[in-house]
Amino acid sequence: MVATRYKTAFQLYPYAKVDAQDNAAARHPVVIVGGGPIGLALALDLGLKGTPALVLDDHDGAGLGSKAICFAKRTLDIANRMGAGQSMVDKGVVWNVGKVFHDDHKVFDFNLQPEAGHRNPAFINLQQPYFEKYFVDAIREAQAAGTPIEIRGQNCVTAVENHDTYSTLTVDTPDGPYQIEADYLIACDGARSPIRDMMGLSFDGRVFEDNFLIADVHMKADFPTERWFWFEPPFKGSGQSALLHKQPDDIWRIDFQLGWDIDREYELDPDRIRARVDAMLASQVGEVPHYELEWTSIYTFQCRRMEKFRHGNVIFAGDSAHQVSPFGARGANSGVQDADNLAWKLDLVLKGLADDTLLDSYATEREHAADENILNSSRATDFMTPKTEVSKTFRNAVLELANKHAFARPLVNSGRLSVPCSYISFDLFGDDSLNGPDGTQPGMTCPDAPHGDGFILDHLGGGFSVLALASEAQDVTAHGITAKVMSLATPSEALSARYLGDAHQAVYLIRPDQHIVARWPSFDPSAIAAALKTAVGKA
Amino acid sequence: MLNLNPNIPDPDGFYEELIRSHEGLSTEQSDAFNARLILVLANHIGERNIITQALEAAK
Repeated sequence: MVATRYKTAFQLYPYAKVDAQDNAAARHPVVIVGGGPIGLALALDLGLKGTPALVLDDHDGAGLGSKAICFAKRTLDIANRMGAGQSMVDKGVVWNVGKVFHDDHKVFDFNLQPEAGHRNPAFINLQQPYFEKYFVDAIREAQAAGTPIEIRGQNCVTAVENHDTYSTLTVDTPDGPYQIEADYLIACDGARSPIRDMMGLSFDGRVFEDNFLIADVHMKADFPTERWFWFEPPFKGSGQSALLHKQPDDIWRIDFQLGWDIDREYELDPDRIRARVDAMLASQVGEVPHYELEWTSIYTFQCRRMEKFRHGNVIFAGDSAHQVSPFGARGANSGVQDADNLAWKLDLVLKGLADDTLLDSYATEREHAADENILNSSRATDFMTPKTEVSKTFRNAVLELANKHAFARPLVNSGRLSVPCSYISFDLFGDDSLNGPDGTQPGMTCPDAPHGDGFILDHLGGGFSVLALASEAQDVTAHGITAKVMSLATPSEALSARYLGDAHQAVYLIRPDQHIVARWPSFDPSAIAAALKTAVGKA
Repeated sequence: MLNLNPNIPDPDGFYEELIRSHEGLSTEQSDAFNARLILVLANHIGERNIITQALEAAK
């Protein structure tokens, strides 16, 4: 039997019995546990590279309810690389403007509108079930073209036995249990990771003593598509802070910060929630508009991570490895970057083109990213919920000054929104002998820029690339891995600004996850080959 | 001229350090800490007219 832990928004991979259930345990190169955004992104990325991926999920589709709603540009760029990005942007609500209020006055507003010349917006709001649906759609399309990906719904892992070079999983199904073996087991099974628990691994960090009430409200409202955030809101019963944000399908996300000592049952009473929502909406439009409560819940949160993301052939990605407060949209967005980082490394290792130790760099790079995310979201939380009298005095002083003086605005922190992690000076990165822009130094992700009728990111990633700007260049091969050349004789103005700066020409080596490995003022095949070796941990 | 534009690199790191420096202090101790801090910073600024403008900006 497989227990139902939650309702699903969409059925995406209904249970179907497979022959493997009646046979001896079959070996798979990669078994991914968890069909959430991270597991699906990893499976699609691996499959598209030709490495078989099996996803096991204990449900048969995307879970209903309040989960990730803000997807950052980097996530969209990654999704786009795999062909799942456009449907997300088409469905999502694009937003750029945020307003910060303190009590009944506006402190300031900000515009996230990035510089022009990027395919994707800074952020979209999109309910997580849609993210999962679009990824499964892309996986179905890839499967139809012969890509080796399989998703088994209502397959619940109940036991893990780790051997030196593989793991044996016991998997329960509606037809009873069976066993499979995995060369690599990737746990994308969420913050409460059963795999982590089965392996007895700790997940330590800081608990924030606060409760947030979420109300997703369905209404036709002509509020602008902006993120509105209140410190000490003026409307009754809203707690210490409140947030209003638009999602697709006329759904508005409302968040109220309720404090620590609350009666959860009482606060979840629909009449009580409606009273709060009424007060908030009436304060904005003068009367209570017609609306329906779509979803309500109370959540608390922690900022924590596993000490190590890799344990032998078991690798943790997404919320199973790290958890942050929601302010900054650093949960799902960082998890998708985990998948982006892990897929190409797993693929090279399984094809025998890189040593297993390359996977250690996944842990090193993504543990660093998790620390950065935890730092940012802890700071935001501390600003929003001052822990002492004096920190509240400073917080409110910042808000009062920010209203009058620009200097205080960078100190106002209602969440530092997710930006791509950079790996500057990390082991796998090489030369920076171009006197080029900071934004494209080794370790950074490639910024987008217009190219021809499309964008440069459409041509980078998947495999290694040599990006040659106004320079001769050819494919470079080292250790059986070929970096394919992408030559731009006359780069667009924006592309020149981002990749050349004052230089007249440049050659970049770029990883499959679109991180810049190294850059040079001209084409030097032996330097590129050396950097390529470094990039796959063969230095 | 008093600079009222953003001027501190790593504003979040600065703010965290400021709040952390008050950890474990009573309200009275925090007030005293703040007073000392203002005097230290005012001395560093040194220019009387700038300090007068700062006193005005904080009102």
